[in-house]
Amino acid sequence: MVAKKHIDPFIWLAASSSIIILSFILFPLIEMVVQPSFADLKEAITDKDVVASIRLSLYTSSMAALISFIFGTPFAYLLARKDFAGKKFIESIVDLPIMIPHPVIGIAILSIAGKNHWFGQIMYSIGIRIMGSVTGIIVVLTFVGLPFYINSVKAGFEAVPVRLEHVSRSLGASVTSSFFRVTFPLAWRSMVVGMIMCMARAVSEFGAVVIIAYHPMIAPVMIYERFTAYGLKYSQPVAVWLILVCLCLFFLLRIFSVKKKNLI
Amino acid sequence: MIQIDNLNVKLPGFALREINISIKQGEFFILLGPTGAGKTVVLESAIGIIPIAKGCITINGKDVTQLPPEKRDMGIVYQDFALFPHLTVYNNITYGLRYRRINGKKPGKNLSFIIKRLSLEPLLQRSVLNLSGGEKQRVALARALAVDPSVLLLDEPLSALDPNFREDIREILKKLHVETGITVLMVTHDFTEAHFLAQRTAVINNGRIEQTGSIAEVFYQPSTPFVAEFVGMKNIFPAIFNGDTAKINSLTIHTNEDNNVSKQYVAIRPEHIRISKNKESVNRCNLFEGTVSKILNQGFYCDVSIKTKGIKFASIIPTNLMLNLNLEKGQKVNMWFNPVDVHVF
Repeated sequence: MVAKKHIDPFIWLAASSSIIILSFILFPLIEMVVQPSFADLKEAITDKDVVASIRLSLYTSSMAALISFIFGTPFAYLLARKDFAGKKFIESIVDLPIMIPHPVIGIAILSIAGKNHWFGQIMYSIGIRIMGSVTGIIVVLTFVGLPFYINSVKAGFEAVPVRLEHVSRSLGASVTSSFFRVTFPLAWRSMVVGMIMCMARAVSEFGAVVIIAYHPMIAPVMIYERFTAYGLKYSQPVAVWLILVCLCLFFLLRIFSVKKKNLI
Repeated sequence: MIQIDNLNVKLPGFALREINISIKQGEFFILLGPTGAGKTVVLESAIGIIPIAKGCITINGKDVTQLPPEKRDMGIVYQDFALFPHLTVYNNITYGLRYRRINGKKPGKNLSFIIKRLSLEPLLQRSVLNLSGGEKQRVALARALAVDPSVLLLDEPLSALDPNFREDIREILKKLHVETGITVLMVTHDFTEAHFLAQRTAVINNGRIEQTGSIAEVFYQPSTPFVAEFVGMKNIFPAIFNGDTAKINSLTIHTNEDNNVSKQYVAIRPEHIRISKNKESVNRCNLFEGTVSKILNQGFYCDVSIKTKGIKFASIIPTNLMLNLNLEKGQKVNMWFNPVDVHVF
């Protein structure tokens, strides 16, 4: 006689919730992906404007990730390793771009980048134009992507035992040498993950970019423009291509998230 | 040699106060103390990882108090090994050699000797991730010794090891110390390690050094009630002294010498208290009749408590002897101890 397997009601609840959440995410996206015909998709990807907008999205978000890497890494290290007065407050400041409505970010940057502000005037005087430029888009995307990078890398640094750095220094290595020979090799994975998260966040940004730079057009702005000007049918193929790009990014994120067993 | 003078460290919720330790060239010194006493803080302050509030640290006569860890010429080995997980065994061991070269020292002059002595040849190209605890600690030791530091700091290096590995590493530490002549400051809470390795020792409690001396002095002549209790004295009583006698409440016991008025306590190790069921034929000093109030079987030995004149004495009796005695709780027994075993402080 085969014993009847009892499944706990909580498992049923968990399974049901999982199905609801996955359906909630996938149903509209799948619908959007399957609705455009192959011809529509082909037409979209051969459209120079569409390709240019997706390329610009990737370029600007990559630049945002790179800037986050350069400036965010030492900052994340500081947050991970040092305790100081006001640290929680500074961490909250880092998280601000996640919480602020995105058009507000655009307006905030606009308010200092315009010719009426001394900062904007300095930028103009040294030939840096924020408004309606690729530079402006990169600034906005860095602003929205930085918290994702910093938080990810901070967690990565925290996972590296500080004792390894202490031992390294006792063996004669300076703080810098210890960072590059011990901490960096053990935390680089979190930096890659952080850059991908930053880039993924940046590539999907619309609200702040549309205020700073409607042109040159990044993919989300183009989707919005096509939707308002021509309707759903013309915006969907561009959206599908953008989703595919995002999917690739998150797939990479998952691959890099898998740690080598027991490394730290 | 290493000299730590008036070391004070302030940390959130903990402080080291007036730590003074002087370790001679080539000496194996062990800092004993319970968990949370501040042992690791002493090591990390000495090596420069934890900033100090006050005090001075000198190594071979050179004041290193203001120097960063990389300039102090000390090596440290932690109980959790702290090996670099992304490097092979060989790369771990040779990690520090490039920096010593910069400092004008001959790099790794002892490298092959250390690798051989620690039996690491077959492991050199392996990842440190797949080593056993004993192997990891041997690599950590080799890494610290490879740069030929003036002082080696060991932070409970045997605590995380299985008993078999522990014995091996203990032997290795002893041999290495004799062969290299390195000055060692080790912290532990394990008496066996202290007895086996230490030439001198100190006991730390709650951020203060309670006593410094030879192993025999600390274990048999503790100077404070904490040290007496920590080294397993158990029978510690405040007493009033008169010549060679000490009065504990209504119980008068004989000590081995005349005691001056500054003495306040007596302490007797539990293994020095003997028990018999029959009236002793010999007229012994410090012979009392008492009642067995507790028997606790600990495997190879039994903890026996005897109450006499309202005072509870703790004794340790080997289990085989206990079988002969056939003791039971509530039974009347005779207990005695030699005046020479009564420690006064």
